[in-house]
Amino acid sequence: MQSGYVLLATIAVPLFAALALVFVPARMANVVRIIAVVAGFALFGLSLYIFFAYQVGDGDQYQFQMRWNWIENTGFLGERGITLHLGIDGIAAPMVLLTGIVTFAGTLISWKIDYRNRDFFILFMLLVAGVFGVFVSLDLFFWFFFYELAVLPMYLLIGVWGASSTFPTFSRTKEYSALKLTMYLVAASVPIFVGIFAVFVEADIGTFDLVSLHEAQYDPNFQKVVFPLFVIGCGVLAGLWPFHTWSPDGHVAAPTAVSMLHAGVLMKLGAFGIIRLGMQLLPVGAEFWMPMLITLGTINVIYGAISATAQTDFKYMVGYSSVSHMGYVLMGLATMNPIGVNGAVLQMFSHGVMTALMFAMVGALYDQAHVRQMSVFGGLAQRMPRFVTFFAIAGLASLGLPGLSGFVAEFNVFVGTFQTYPALGALGILGAAITAVYILRMLALAFFGPPNERWADLKEMTTLETVGGAILIAFMLLMGVFPSPFVDRIAESVLQIPGVG
Amino acid sequence: MPSELNLDYSLLAPEFCLGGLAALVIALDLFVPGFRKGWLPYVTAAGLLAIMGMSLGWTDVDSDFAGLLYIDKYTLFFRVFFTATAAAVALLSAQLVKERLRHPGEYYALLVLSTIGAIYMAAARELLTAYISLELLSFSLYVLVSYAKFDAKSNEGGMKYMLLGAFASALFLYGLSLIYGGAGSTFYDDIAAAYSNGTDAYDLGLLMGLALVLAGLGFKVAAVPFHMWTPDAYEGAPLPITGYLSATSKAAGFALLLRLFSGAFMPVLDDWQWMIASLAAITMVLGNLVALQQHNIKRLLAYSSIGQVGYMLMALAALSADTAGALLFHMAGYVITNMAAFTCVIAWSNLTGKEEIRDYRGMAVRAPLLAAVFTAALFSLSGMPLFAGFFTKFILFQAVAQEGFLWLSVIAVIMSMVSLYYYLMVIKELYISEPEEPDLVRVPALLNGLAVALVAGVFYVGIYPRHLYEAAQEATKLLF
Repeated sequence: MQSGYVLLATIAVPLFAALALVFVPARMANVVRIIAVVAGFALFGLSLYIFFAYQVGDGDQYQFQMRWNWIENTGFLGERGITLHLGIDGIAAPMVLLTGIVTFAGTLISWKIDYRNRDFFILFMLLVAGVFGVFVSLDLFFWFFFYELAVLPMYLLIGVWGASSTFPTFSRTKEYSALKLTMYLVAASVPIFVGIFAVFVEADIGTFDLVSLHEAQYDPNFQKVVFPLFVIGCGVLAGLWPFHTWSPDGHVAAPTAVSMLHAGVLMKLGAFGIIRLGMQLLPVGAEFWMPMLITLGTINVIYGAISATAQTDFKYMVGYSSVSHMGYVLMGLATMNPIGVNGAVLQMFSHGVMTALMFAMVGALYDQAHVRQMSVFGGLAQRMPRFVTFFAIAGLASLGLPGLSGFVAEFNVFVGTFQTYPALGALGILGAAITAVYILRMLALAFFGPPNERWADLKEMTTLETVGGAILIAFMLLMGVFPSPFVDRIAESVLQIPGVG
Repeated sequence: MPSELNLDYSLLAPEFCLGGLAALVIALDLFVPGFRKGWLPYVTAAGLLAIMGMSLGWTDVDSDFAGLLYIDKYTLFFRVFFTATAAAVALLSAQLVKERLRHPGEYYALLVLSTIGAIYMAAARELLTAYISLELLSFSLYVLVSYAKFDAKSNEGGMKYMLLGAFASALFLYGLSLIYGGAGSTFYDDIAAAYSNGTDAYDLGLLMGLALVLAGLGFKVAAVPFHMWTPDAYEGAPLPITGYLSATSKAAGFALLLRLFSGAFMPVLDDWQWMIASLAAITMVLGNLVALQQHNIKRLLAYSSIGQVGYMLMALAALSADTAGALLFHMAGYVITNMAAFTCVIAWSNLTGKEEIRDYRGMAVRAPLLAAVFTAALFSLSGMPLFAGFFTKFILFQAVAQEGFLWLSVIAVIMSMVSLYYYLMVIKELYISEPEEPDLVRVPALLNGLAVALVAGVFYVGIYPRHLYEAAQEATKLLF
């Protein structure tokens, strides 16, 4: 049995890095960067270890478990009360890996931040701690604790280090976007909070332990009432239509590394929450509401893709494409059959890596050019071949080219959907076709064709950006050509979700 | 009951010492020639902390003081709580009192005296003792609020506070007389016994009495609709006293309410539960919604503290041993957080003399440490994790939901979200807006130290508050 302290370390490392940064004088910018990158690298290493040390076919639903009694035996909290109970299953394992990858790439890419970089990295590390915490917690109190922790630093990260967007007819200031994102996500935590109360009271076993709560029996009608609370609450974070509008605005305004982490990993927290709290806790409710969710998910796919087609701004296009791709995750989950849910989790990983790469590339371009309009560029391929290659790979993964991660994931989602809802499956494929339209159009417009003289002095991206991007691409390729490490872990745990199969 | 009059006065030693401390402070100020008045706050704080340490060894539940006072763990909890708060307020006052107010001796003496009142509000188990303690606290506060006597706002605030306070006291007393009329005793135990022996009939006197008691105490803790004095008193009072009002005065009100309702009125639960539940609901909603429109930091904190009172009332509505423990736990977290916020506001006001929210712009550049502490305190007040607010609110709301008041918890969660909005508006000024002048300001080491100590407390309660939670549970276990 593996030691749960590795999981604790994924939370402790970023928290201690943040604490250490508090004591570094703000003027020592390079020390700050080194601490951040070292912490990022350590997390990358830890997450690789956790992913590969996870034993397939072990028989236990959760591995790397550890318990630490936090508050016990007093008052209404029962014997086990609030326990720091950590553990992962095959669904959380790839998510931990994803977080490690994106965190490391994010710290590399944030090397060039000059303005108050210490404060930036403190908040960034809090965000990372929150994300890891959600994926590894098996206690509702701590699950929610880390969930809120992941929202907490966003306002300042966007408000201080973000960028405003101006369009011909309107503008989106960074303060507006920061506030919108924060208020949406905090508002979304209201139904989750209420759902947690309800489940705790209904189960009446005096513990927040998720494993015990999963085993408890809930009245079918109770499940039908509470399940939507979790799905809406978590769904907001997953970009569920019609609660998705914070996502493009927020991700566009955020600084590059934060967009990477937020779109790449935080949106997955939402989908992960639907599995952990919704499907695992309340299977009858899930069964009842899934037709609704798959409809909304399909709208996500189509609506997001059409909106992305209409964008002229690189980053907004990527933002809407995230909304569209998260739709596949929701569709996959809603099929409630093994292959569809499997595909959804694969898509969570795939989209995480891919969208992180896209945001990183957009950021790399914007830092030099200070514009994000696709139409003003042209022929960048000749000036920045490495950059364009990376961007194109991300784009091709996004439209589902075989050999890259997106294909594996979306293929599973489509097969799953065709088994239960053939008509919606067809619409999903239509969404993939629209994706091809906007991705190829962007490639043609900005990267190929005759070079625009205005951009004659653009330089190739920096070494650190290249390294960060290359790591992300490596995992896209790994999943594309050799998905079995992922599929083995995920499939086993997916079958243990009640109601799937 | 008053069986023997051979009372063990040694139990009251901490309060005797507090009285002595108050006299000492005045004497130092008046009679010791050449005494540096700047030392007074430190003498006061040191005395208070020494008494806090001393009170830790002073509990004995066997001697009940003829049923008037109980020196049990509950009293102990509040002794420590109130003396610590008063010590922090004394230190926070140092600069302001020296520079802007006259007669420092009386100021600190009143602060110490009010603490005695607050402690006995928690200790009293008899209606008139409770009332007299309440008045001791209130009279000290009336003077302290209007202490800046050449400032029109301070006078206005003090006047409103005193007039409405007197009115509330009258209501409270009238309520007590009705209760006494019905139950035939002023001792909590006797009242409970009288009520449990049969109040099947619809008892108008009891209902009136409960309503009047609630109105009177609702005024003291600033529950809507008895909150009208709060923003004015908060705005007019010297800043440290504003902090004190939001901490001790509220906590003492709740200490009294909790002891009274759990001790005397549990048998007639059905008659008052709906009253407190509705008070809690409107207090939460109104306090938080009105806070949205404030542009003065003191008024913002005033309304936000009204919202907080709503959360605490909720625990009273769902009264049980669990919620009482959760209430004490939440109150401790809230007071530490609020003192941290006030430390920043006081420091900024000392340095710049300004109190509008927009005057805080660029604080992160000019006083980074204070801005960070202030941000932590505001996030804590809105209930974000790592900070006290998340943990205490989670426990409190959960306990309330457990007692069957899920609807109140839902309102509370929604209002916490609303509160985040106005706290973010302040945080925006701190971090995002450009500073008026770019240069760093020098914050006195005392205030920096206090801010760091308080924020450490905020993190303690927010991350691993095991001991505090156990202390709160221990303190309330014997109330029922």
